[in-house]
Amino acid sequence: MNYNIIGKRIPKIDAGDRVSGKSVFGYDIELPGMLHGAILRTKYPSAIIKSIDISKAKKLAGVECVITADNVDTENLNFRKDHPVLKKGEVNCIRDEIAAVAAVSKEIAEKALELIEVTYVERTGIFDPLEALKKDAPQINKFSKGDNGNKNISEAFHYEHGDLAEEKKKSACIITRQYVLPKVTPTCLSPSSITANYSTVDDELTLYSSTQVPFLYQREISQVLKMDPSKIRVIQPIIGGGFGTKLDIHPFEPICALLSIKTGKPVQILFSRKEEFIHSAIRQSMVIDLTTGADKNGKFTFREVKIIKDNGAYTSWGVKTSFVIMQTFSSLYQVPACVYDADAVYTNNVFAGSIRGFGNPQATFALERNIDLMAEELGMDRAEIRLINANFPGEISGQGLEYHSCGHKPALEAVIKHSGYFTRNKKNNQGRYKRGIGLASMLHVGGGAKIYPSDGCGTTLKLDTYGYLTIITGSSEIGQGSETVLAMMAAEELGIDLKKIKVINTDTNVKPWDVGVHASRTSFVAGNSVLGALKKLKEKLSDKAAQLLNTSLEDLVFENGTIRSEKTGNSFKIDKIVRELHFKPPHELCEVSYYYEPSSEFQDKNFKGNVSSCYAFAAQAVEVEVDTLTGKVDVLHVYVGQDVGKVLNPLGLEGQIEGGVVMGLGYALSEEMIFENGYLRNFSFHDYKVPTARDIPEIHFYPIETHEKTGPYGAKGMAEAPLVPTAAAIANAVSNILGVEINSLPITPENVLKAISNKQSDQG
Amino acid sequence: METAQSKISFTINGKKVERRVRSSMLLIDFIRNELKLKGTKPGCLGGECGACTVLVDGVAVNSCLYLVINVDGKSVTTVEGLSGEEQSLDVVQLSMVEHGAVQCGFCTPGMVMAIKSFKSQCDHNHHTPDREEIKKNLEGNICRCTGYVKIIDAVEALF
Ligand code: FES
Ligand code: FES
Repeated sequence: MNYNIIGKRIPKIDAGDRVSGKSVFGYDIELPGMLHGAILRTKYPSAIIKSIDISKAKKLAGVECVITADNVDTENLNFRKDHPVLKKGEVNCIRDEIAAVAAVSKEIAEKALELIEVTYVERTGIFDPLEALKKDAPQINKFSKGDNGNKNISEAFHYEHGDLAEEKKKSACIITRQYVLPKVTPTCLSPSSITANYSTVDDELTLYSSTQVPFLYQREISQVLKMDPSKIRVIQPIIGGGFGTKLDIHPFEPICALLSIKTGKPVQILFSRKEEFIHSAIRQSMVIDLTTGADKNGKFTFREVKIIKDNGAYTSWGVKTSFVIMQTFSSLYQVPACVYDADAVYTNNVFAGSIRGFGNPQATFALERNIDLMAEELGMDRAEIRLINANFPGEISGQGLEYHSCGHKPALEAVIKHSGYFTRNKKNNQGRYKRGIGLASMLHVGGGAKIYPSDGCGTTLKLDTYGYLTIITGSSEIGQGSETVLAMMAAEELGIDLKKIKVINTDTNVKPWDVGVHASRTSFVAGNSVLGALKKLKEKLSDKAAQLLNTSLEDLVFENGTIRSEKTGNSFKIDKIVRELHFKPPHELCEVSYYYEPSSEFQDKNFKGNVSSCYAFAAQAVEVEVDTLTGKVDVLHVYVGQDVGKVLNPLGLEGQIEGGVVMGLGYALSEEMIFENGYLRNFSFHDYKVPTARDIPEIHFYPIETHEKTGPYGAKGMAEAPLVPTAAAIANAVSNILGVEINSLPITPENVLKAISNKQSDQG
Repeated sequence: METAQSKISFTINGKKVERRVRSSMLLIDFIRNELKLKGTKPGCLGGECGACTVLVDGVAVNSCLYLVINVDGKSVTTVEGLSGEEQSLDVVQLSMVEHGAVQCGFCTPGMVMAIKSFKSQCDHNHHTPDREEIKKNLEGNICRCTGYVKIIDAVEALF
């Protein structure tokens, strides 16, 4: 199939605004008469609050309002409703909000915070999930129902398929290891912000919010504030990085709304970088105990997994990472049996969030490390063992995932070939610098994920009398470039210039419903929705055009802003047809709406079922050089093979791949939030090292096109995948090069040297 | 409390400005809050991310570390100063757009200004930088979205 626009390198349609400083981010908003909010947080990660005295703060000139749990009426937040907006009586993690102030300036608001007197009785916190699981441990979250077998387990997941005992018997090799993954933060370049504007006249609340799930946000805020959801309007300014952090509502958002409701004025809260480090969503830490087996030919037999996740003090959507993790263990590579348990355990640490990859980087790390160890024990090649177990088209996994298209094997083959895995010279590895290649694969949902009552997206199209199209999509743009892909689809289908297409996607008062940005779903679900709407719009235009051109529907071609009869060559400009419809009988507007719901299904109570319309597969090979003297790991090349279904916009796609890989690189080598007794110790870019331009490897990308039948033009979701296998592949490379086992992250020079010296003392 | 005020005069994006300012005021606050030029971004306010980069007499500085009184008599260019009335976008901006070097865009104005400064330095010395040099020069600007590859491509294409 030949396309005019699809598959072309098209720059982001609003890139011009973004490069010229014209884009208005949440941080840039200023409303007339706006007040500035500030939040008083706890001094201790775990304490009883004896008293809060706000009288002095209230008297400070310029302060308009001070709130505490005592003078507001709110429901609890988040997934398990276990998270009070303002804390009363006790605090349970270092993020805890005790009071908030609105004042005429930020300086005065901050001054007022200093005047609030809180008396605490400090308690000994519990920072290790294993401690929290002990019988005599106190209940950390008093809203925990304890319905998961332990008062400190927030959610417990159990999954199994196949006959574990039988498969164990068949196994020629069984490997058991423990993997420890750290907490990391995506450090969106824009710190968080919110501006709330409540109108006392009509009881309407407008929130300028960086949420990536505006309709779920509207609903939850309405519950928390006990308001009518439709009285809440969510406007999304340009978002300075999302990566999953904006999936959950954080207390500062309803707090800002409360300050605006109390004062009747607009109020803004802006995080500093330090606040962003401490108080925004993070990738959760995990301890994964994994046992895997393979028969003598290297065919995988079983997996047995036990995971303890540090939930922190409250439960966010991040707890649902257990679904995605489960999927990797049950269904990445063919595996006849799997038993999986994951417990999210309350502690007095900061609560976990949902970050790009949603648990998958952690799961993939453990699984891919074990695969290398099995290969070693069986005396097999590390590429070979992956190829013979790779997923294949037509496979239905043990969990019920249906792979009607599957590029797993081609992805592996591409990176094995291009990295020179088999052909390169393996000698010359005797000196100080040693080189080698590591491999890893990944599986992720590629066609949305049915975890909410609907996984759909609505679209409204408006073709005006000048031939310009407005796409009003429910989906949101958080920098991933989805709005450009939607505009490309419209340009392709209607044969109009990309410059004549506008995308509106920022206002819940205007746009149709969508579940939000997550699960790499936007291009897939919003794309299918736009295509459905375009079909309706074309039908409308075609009827009129056929009549005007005196021909049949099949004879019509949309191109160059016209609709043409193939037979006669006669054509009408598209705007002329719109005017004919509008200004003459039947006097109709050229507007249509469409709602797309993916064909995926809900999983049953045993977590079986085809949760996504399709699945994305990827493999990465990394070439690494280790300096055995300093322990420094240099990643030289990353080869990425990824089943994207179909390349819609190579420019945007490569950008997502490169960005993902580099985020994976940071996870592998340098990023770690260091907590001591519940306090974060590194909260600046100086102490928390994210990759800079100097750290990046050469990234080589080989898209695998499997033409997924449910995807728009055959495309699948892809944006989370590239960061998922990177850390695993790097750990495999380093382990293999040095003959050590890297079973935790990050792989800092210090940890590498430790692994080398452990090996030497083992041998000595 | 009265804080010391100083009178300064300088040009910003080609226009002359005269103001009395607190001597402790940072250039970024002056640009964003007084002049309402919101293109300059506060990514960290600690000199660590480069999002706030502007040009002072043509040289890139972190405006979050620079006191506004120190621009007295100098010429400041912010991202808004690159796309003027005659030209819609500067060559650096055009190259960023064409190469797909923009995702969320929060780092972008700072990147653009850092690149602008680097480019004029190289031009001045009749020097064509290689990729390694370009990377080194972008080291002070953090981007969490793009993985830098497309930004480096955009810079390379300028020479
Ligand atoms: S805001 Fe100035 S360097 Fe980050
Ligand atoms: S484009 Fe988002 S931080 Fe650079």
